[in-house]
Amino acid sequence: MAIEPKKHEMPTQESAIRKKNFREVALGYTAEVARAEANRCLNCKNKPCISGCPVNIDIPEFIAQIKKGDYEAAYSVISESSSLPAVCGRVCPQESQCEKHCTLGIRFEPVAIGRLERFVADRHNEKSNNAPEKPNSNGTRVAIIGSGPAGLACAGDLAKRGYQVTIFEALHSAGGVLVYGIPEFRLPKSIVEKEIDTLKALGVEIKTDVVIGKTLTVDELFESGYKAVFIGSGAGLPKFMGIDGEGFNGVYSANEFLTRINLMKAYEPDSRTPIRCGKKVLVVGGGNVAMDAARCARRLGAKVTIVYRRTENELPARKEEIEHAKEEGVEFLFLTSPVEILGDESGNVCGMVCREMTLSEPDESGRARPIPLYESDFTIGADCVIMALGTSPNPLIRNTTDGLETKKWGGIIVDEETGLTSREGVYAGGDAVTGSATVILAMGAGKQAAAAINKKLMKNS
Amino acid sequence: MFRIVKKQRLTPTVTMMEIEAPLVAKKAQPGQFIILRVDKDGERIPLTIAGYNREEETVRIIFQVVGSTTEMLNKKEAGEFIEDFVGPLGVATDIGGLKKVCVVGGGVGCAIALPIAKELSASGAEVTSIIGFRSGENVILEEEFVKSSKKLVLMTDDGSYGQKGNVTAALKELLEAGKKFDRIIAIGPLVMMKFVVDAAKPYGVPVTVSMNPIMIDGTGMCGGCRLTLVRNGERITKFACVDGPDFNGYEVDFDEAMARSGFYKGFEKREREKNCRLLNAN
Repeated sequence: MAIEPKKHEMPTQESAIRKKNFREVALGYTAEVARAEANRCLNCKNKPCISGCPVNIDIPEFIAQIKKGDYEAAYSVISESSSLPAVCGRVCPQESQCEKHCTLGIRFEPVAIGRLERFVADRHNEKSNNAPEKPNSNGTRVAIIGSGPAGLACAGDLAKRGYQVTIFEALHSAGGVLVYGIPEFRLPKSIVEKEIDTLKALGVEIKTDVVIGKTLTVDELFESGYKAVFIGSGAGLPKFMGIDGEGFNGVYSANEFLTRINLMKAYEPDSRTPIRCGKKVLVVGGGNVAMDAARCARRLGAKVTIVYRRTENELPARKEEIEHAKEEGVEFLFLTSPVEILGDESGNVCGMVCREMTLSEPDESGRARPIPLYESDFTIGADCVIMALGTSPNPLIRNTTDGLETKKWGGIIVDEETGLTSREGVYAGGDAVTGSATVILAMGAGKQAAAAINKKLMKNS
Repeated sequence: MFRIVKKQRLTPTVTMMEIEAPLVAKKAQPGQFIILRVDKDGERIPLTIAGYNREEETVRIIFQVVGSTTEMLNKKEAGEFIEDFVGPLGVATDIGGLKKVCVVGGGVGCAIALPIAKELSASGAEVTSIIGFRSGENVILEEEFVKSSKKLVLMTDDGSYGQKGNVTAALKELLEAGKKFDRIIAIGPLVMMKFVVDAAKPYGVPVTVSMNPIMIDGTGMCGGCRLTLVRNGERITKFACVDGPDFNGYEVDFDEAMARSGFYKGFEKREREKNCRLLNAN
């Protein structure tokens, strides 16, 4: 049988329709398409895809189960390694992970591993109503700071081993970046809720409205009986460029813009949280967050341009998000860097001065370094500018935890194998350690720390 | 959920509430703030802490009804609950080593100035308080300021109570008369704080101001509360929620802060009208 050279397309909402709503864009495979796509897997000997997965899911095995039509078995295979399959199937950058290494990808398009993972997880969530069985408690309490992907993964693994886990969340609802950052049209909040409900069924307690470093400190957690602490507090303060005009009204950090929309539902007509998106929006940056902000602004009716200082080839966002953004009419201005934001007499944004760039030798990140072109400044009109430049770690925990060592830029220093920090019993993972990265890496770090915490506490008991 | 233990109307538009929040009450210090949501679809708003009772595990807030959220909060009665109440956030006001301090409060800002005056006077500092209101009927916390101040000057814009004029005029008079302060701590509307800074400048008295910008999370994540400090000619971005809310008044770019505070005025007005009609219909 000849191999289908291309991945099976995943149906999506028509771009003309979806750019006016916040419902999910990609609609997922049917069972029939999933099995056809699974059949593209060569089941090759050396399984390079597994090494491309940050949590080492046994990919060929779950695909083999799809081929057989045993989707629950496929789900069990994924669950052994991943805590949040429905989430990762949607937000992982598969093209630079598992699918990048796929043997089929040498000659053709790789197997659509991400889409298959999503299919399996969604199918399980639809068909199975069995709440997971709550394991017998071993009576040992572990505190987790932050309910984003790192914290949820760590909590899940520990709860399954019988630990009494409490997650402390600063915001009013759990989920971290999955809730405040990633938009509904990319990751429906009902999926996140379902994952959180699963954790609760395992016995995990979630305390919202508690800011560790303010309401309670890490030391107080130990004093109140927790035997280990995992810090998964995520990235913190949004970065700005430090150019003139960033204080004008209409300049948002992507964090603020997305939080207003995703967490506070500012796009709904009866929301009590306002957003002023404007008619002509410039988004500065080229990562997933920039795409998310641009596509949200588009859905609020604005004309949107992404301003990026390198070229399309260097865009760090997932390929699918870039394609979706383009289909929805988001425009791109490459090799362009902001110099100054302009404002009118009432302090509102009215434009941005930009400079043309050219690419030179690769820098320490391995990407070509953009350098400005002489006398190339030009002005673009805009009434809103969104800065999507990444974040720097939040200072609240490091400032209130003696002996917690951090790097110069604020990231918590950990042992790479275990996630152990410089403080005994305190582990960390996710963006709080690495700076802005991905959901799957945070999840992997959470799982790794859970294993290390288990090992340590088992030894003590 | 957090229980409202006590509610008291201080003036027709200003209300005091004591909220049962053991963890916040245990840690709260003067100058810090909380973020609350009235109900589960509510907006997150920051309010500076107006007092706390560690034994009774309550935190006091005093708010003016200015938008739809404060209006909804004002409809709640003692015994009822609010959805979220998180804190204490921000850095406490630094009063260490101060001996002679002028505390300047404007309007509902006096609610935040009071715990600072109290703490200062408890630490043995000599406190001069200047508090200002639009009119006699807006006056709040006068007795409590009397207790916490060696000297109290009460100003009203229309002269219907206390002395006629604004707080800046009273401050200027004291400074001109040769009164010396180690520091002025000013809390109130942005324009008031800006003028306090201008008044203090010729005398070289350090001024601390308490900023209350628009915020969402209050933990340093959104960046909405950013403001600009000008230090040695250089413009520095700071986040009021984690770096403040107190700042050196001489460094704050007040004009930018004033423009930023008005960004959602249109929305707030519409929401409040909508809300009013809803409430009127009930």
